[in-house]
Amino acid sequence: MTEVAGTAPEPVAGPTRPSIGDLIRATEVDLRQFGMVLALVAIWVALGIVRPGILQPVNFITFSVQAAGIGVLATGMVLVIVSRNIDLSVGSVVGVIGMCYAVMMADVFPATIGVGHPLAWIIALVAGIILGVAIGAYQGFLIAYVGIPSFVVTLSGLFLFRGLTWQLSGGTTVAPNDPTFNLIGGGPEGSLGGIWAWLLGAVLCVAVVALMVNSRRTKRKYGFPLRPMWAEVLVAGISVGVILAGVYVSNAYHWPAGLATAYAADHGIAEPPGGLVIESGIPMPLLIVGAVTLVMTFLATRRRYGRDVFAYGGNPMAAELAGIRTRWTIMKTFIIMGVLCAISAAIASARLNGGTLDLGQGYELYVIAAAVIGGTTFEGGVGSIPGAILGALVMQSLQYGLGFLGMNSPQINMVLAVVVIIVVGLDAWNRRRAR
Amino acid sequence: MTEQQTAPAPPPSTSGTPLVEMRNINVAFGGVHAVRDVTIDLFPGEVVGLVGGNGAGKSTLTKVLSGAQVADSGEILISGQHASIANPRDAKAYGIECIYQTLALADNLDAPANLFLGRELTTRIGNLDDDQMEDATRKVMGRLNPNFKRFTTPVRSLSGGQRQAVAIARAVYFNAKILIMDEPTAALGPAETAQVRNLVRQLKSDGIGILLISHDIHDVYDLADRVSVMYHGQIVDTVRKEAVSTDDILGMIILGKKPGDVTEKELEELELRG
Repeated sequence: MTEVAGTAPEPVAGPTRPSIGDLIRATEVDLRQFGMVLALVAIWVALGIVRPGILQPVNFITFSVQAAGIGVLATGMVLVIVSRNIDLSVGSVVGVIGMCYAVMMADVFPATIGVGHPLAWIIALVAGIILGVAIGAYQGFLIAYVGIPSFVVTLSGLFLFRGLTWQLSGGTTVAPNDPTFNLIGGGPEGSLGGIWAWLLGAVLCVAVVALMVNSRRTKRKYGFPLRPMWAEVLVAGISVGVILAGVYVSNAYHWPAGLATAYAADHGIAEPPGGLVIESGIPMPLLIVGAVTLVMTFLATRRRYGRDVFAYGGNPMAAELAGIRTRWTIMKTFIIMGVLCAISAAIASARLNGGTLDLGQGYELYVIAAAVIGGTTFEGGVGSIPGAILGALVMQSLQYGLGFLGMNSPQINMVLAVVVIIVVGLDAWNRRRAR
Repeated sequence: MTEQQTAPAPPPSTSGTPLVEMRNINVAFGGVHAVRDVTIDLFPGEVVGLVGGNGAGKSTLTKVLSGAQVADSGEILISGQHASIANPRDAKAYGIECIYQTLALADNLDAPANLFLGRELTTRIGNLDDDQMEDATRKVMGRLNPNFKRFTTPVRSLSGGQRQAVAIARAVYFNAKILIMDEPTAALGPAETAQVRNLVRQLKSDGIGILLISHDIHDVYDLADRVSVMYHGQIVDTVRKEAVSTDDILGMIILGKKPGDVTEKELEELELRG
């Protein structure tokens, strides 16, 4: 080997005591996301101190179900923003797809397959997803292949699809949905309760540990530096703890007494003294947002598509020169956004039992805010899907908590506005300091 | 990778079939004729320097070869066979790799992701195999730059020389036959420039043909076997390095004429300017 210029002997490191910073770094945890988890905990601790009554399972379930619709969209918005675009149309797309669900179930199904058909929800959902793909392909094509800026295309979409919502419905609320469809919105019957919730939790715990063991084994095979064992155990322990705690909280909320009595009567169960106790479990919207987060994180980090999105965001020219089909990558991103709009619309419309004219109105701003609070930057190339979910949770926690404290929604919006500026300002300051 | 770099290697043969021939290439942007009827060739193990002032058409010409720009007319032959290059993917299929001053890397990704950009290694079910990519990157970089240790941080945080080493590693890993280097040392300090020059010699001795674009006459004079000078979209002349001085090349770049055609008056003006 020729000696390469500029080689300095490695400074001899003495046995120094590791600082707290070193210890945290050893766990290889994303510090920014760690900070957001701390912020989330701090918000709830503060709320709990001011109003101890808020720390009840029912509140955690309600607030997270409210965050679900935003969270689903935020996972896609991360990829849109990472690839140097923006989507202002998501709220209107949720509106028009939600209205489609309602029109199908209130007007079309009763005349064709009848109400309460077991496949009703699947047919509606598939139709909505196809519509979402079509809308995403339309907008993505204009942006990627025609070259119209995404701001313009999706701003036009914001008006177009809200207008279509009115056209479809004839200017009124359309209801009711099919009862099978409404389970998507959660509620006592639309939840995975009791033993099933525990089973799901157990499966997730095993999966987390198996993934970590597998990753460590491959790293050892290649001789890469490994995380210290205590860090592995700590991260695994915290992950398992969070999963099980989530299941515990969701099961700690029981069906309202009246509903339980009716259920007992329907199923011929003799109600025990003190009423039948049915553990509510994990509401469907949370299962959906969890599954969407896993799938989107997988797409973003483990598949070529995600690598292409981040490469394009980091340096569009380099991506092009590397032979990436950048236009198709951008179009795919908007198609995915369309699918997520269909999923979010299903949650929102199922919770309302119908389609309203203003369904999804204003979503775009909450979704973009969630992505940005979660660490996605407008320079492109930087963003995290779990971060966006945390962002949605932080925002919804503030919204729910401040509402619980008696603030009205214009006041809450002002608080959120300030929070977005503080978070993004801190990020910008942090980046400048790091440079 | 031994200490042979001090012994001057014999100049590579320029007979037989060239690795690359670009024949009568024309590119026009609107009314501007950026490349006008240009013909150049490149042999295995040879470095051809492509020099010229700003807007002389050097970059446009190389973009035609790398697939980033489609020529209006002309023909490209690779090892004597007609080649159709419509986009960067086609070019890579012919073993053509590019190293740019700034454009080549996605700053937000780490070294392995950049090395394999657009050609990621995947597992059987199509997932990215990041561990295998990191392993391969460690091996290639171990050859090119043994001091390189930062395999998991975004390349934004690397020095200019390290970033250029990542770009060169790409060409090495994918067994490039033809390498286009567009101002490879423009952003580098002296020590890093020396590193890159060593790498170029190493690649050359492996039989790779290199098309080197540079503003730096000394870079070109140091590394190239032949020099092609462009002026207003046309080739002024292609000369063997031994046959000319750096002043001759400079004269061709500025005046757009072969040394023999330059009049005394022009020479005087040139000296006044220089």
